[in-house]
Amino acid sequence: MKIDPIHQFNIEPLFTIGHIGNHTIAFTNSSFYMLLAVAVISVLMLASGRQLVPGRLQSVAEISYEFVASTIRSTAGSEGMKFFPLIFSLFMFICVSNLVGIIPYTFTVSSHLIVTAALALLVFFTVLVYGLYKNGLKFFKIFVPSGVPIYILPLVMFIEILSFFLRPVSHSVRLFANMLAGHIALKVFAGFVGMLGVSLGAIGWLGGVMPLALTVALTALELLVAFLQAYVFAILTCIYLNDAIHPGH
Amino acid sequence: MAESHGEVSGQKAGAHTEADGGHGGGFPPFDSSTFASQLVSLAIAFVALYIIVSRFALPRVGGVIEARQNMIESDLAEAQKLKDESEAALKAYENDLVAARSRAQAISNETREKLNAASEAERKALEDKLAAKLHDAEKTITATRAAAMSNVRGIAADAATAIVQRLTGLAPDGAAVNSAVDASLKG
Repeated sequence: MKIDPIHQFNIEPLFTIGHIGNHTIAFTNSSFYMLLAVAVISVLMLASGRQLVPGRLQSVAEISYEFVASTIRSTAGSEGMKFFPLIFSLFMFICVSNLVGIIPYTFTVSSHLIVTAALALLVFFTVLVYGLYKNGLKFFKIFVPSGVPIYILPLVMFIEILSFFLRPVSHSVRLFANMLAGHIALKVFAGFVGMLGVSLGAIGWLGGVMPLALTVALTALELLVAFLQAYVFAILTCIYLNDAIHPGH
Repeated sequence: MAESHGEVSGQKAGAHTEADGGHGGGFPPFDSSTFASQLVSLAIAFVALYIIVSRFALPRVGGVIEARQNMIESDLAEAQKLKDESEAALKAYENDLVAARSRAQAISNETREKLNAASEAERKALEDKLAAKLHDAEKTITATRAAAMSNVRGIAADAATAIVQRLTGLAPDGAAVNSAVDASLKG
């Protein structure tokens, strides 16, 4: 029995939708899980009750709402609430995708760099377009920190500009790498359980207890990481948007 | 939003045009043949999610939270109002109590003073009456004493006249006897 920790990331086309140029656009397992995430979020937010004293599902919906709202208020101020739907969508989409991905035999949408990169670039261009639209050329003040001596200003500006354009890279790779590494580690340790059992018989099944325990522990850790990475993605989005709303450090 | 997706798809797809189709060989996240499909599904899914979230989900949940907040605030305001009312009632009661107590105090002071004054007046009247009686009695005593004294003088004069007559056989001069009696009474 061979461990193939990469297999879980395969994109399987289910049926073809159409063609753009010479690219075949297929409905894949990834598409399915994306739509599943959208469906889960919609059910959570729309089918939960509207009681005065909330039940469990309604509590989850309201806690998500208030959690994201308070994150935006604390990092980007009340003006950041303009982007509440965007940040809420990002947070919930990533969080639900990550959490669904922990279930064995499912697919993790956010374990593909192209997806996280698209989301990060969406944030990047939102910041750029909104910053320029709202502040005009004053937006470029974010590259010129105040109180820096004039002789090192060019260097600081260079670093600021570089870091600004590298934001989508770190923003997307952080999420992608966390999901990828976590799932590979889980798969490897889970694979050990079966491999020991097959190759060593009864002793192997006993020996398999260790990696099994580790798999359980890693799953718990992955639950934390799944939520945390969604939160990190959302809070970084808030911080970047704060630059667009209030340029000038 | 959608433009940025399109742009990304254009960039990435343009950079990797070789479409190997199979998934067995490469590392799936870097298999560029799947990028276009993923980007299209992501764009559809995310735009749908954004519309659902911004049009329906957030207003709905936000409305529920706001309604609850309003409810709590109005309940708290109501409770505050009732508390204020009960405090005002308590204060009024305490004021009444204080007023009643001071009125009772005043009445008792007044009564005490009135009684004191009355008893004082009565005492004074009694004392005056007693003093008058005492005075009368003293006067009577003086008069009686004077009468008695004058009687004593008469008796002494008579006795002296009789004694002198018996001893001398002569009736003494009345004036001399009187002066002698006076002198002896004084002495």
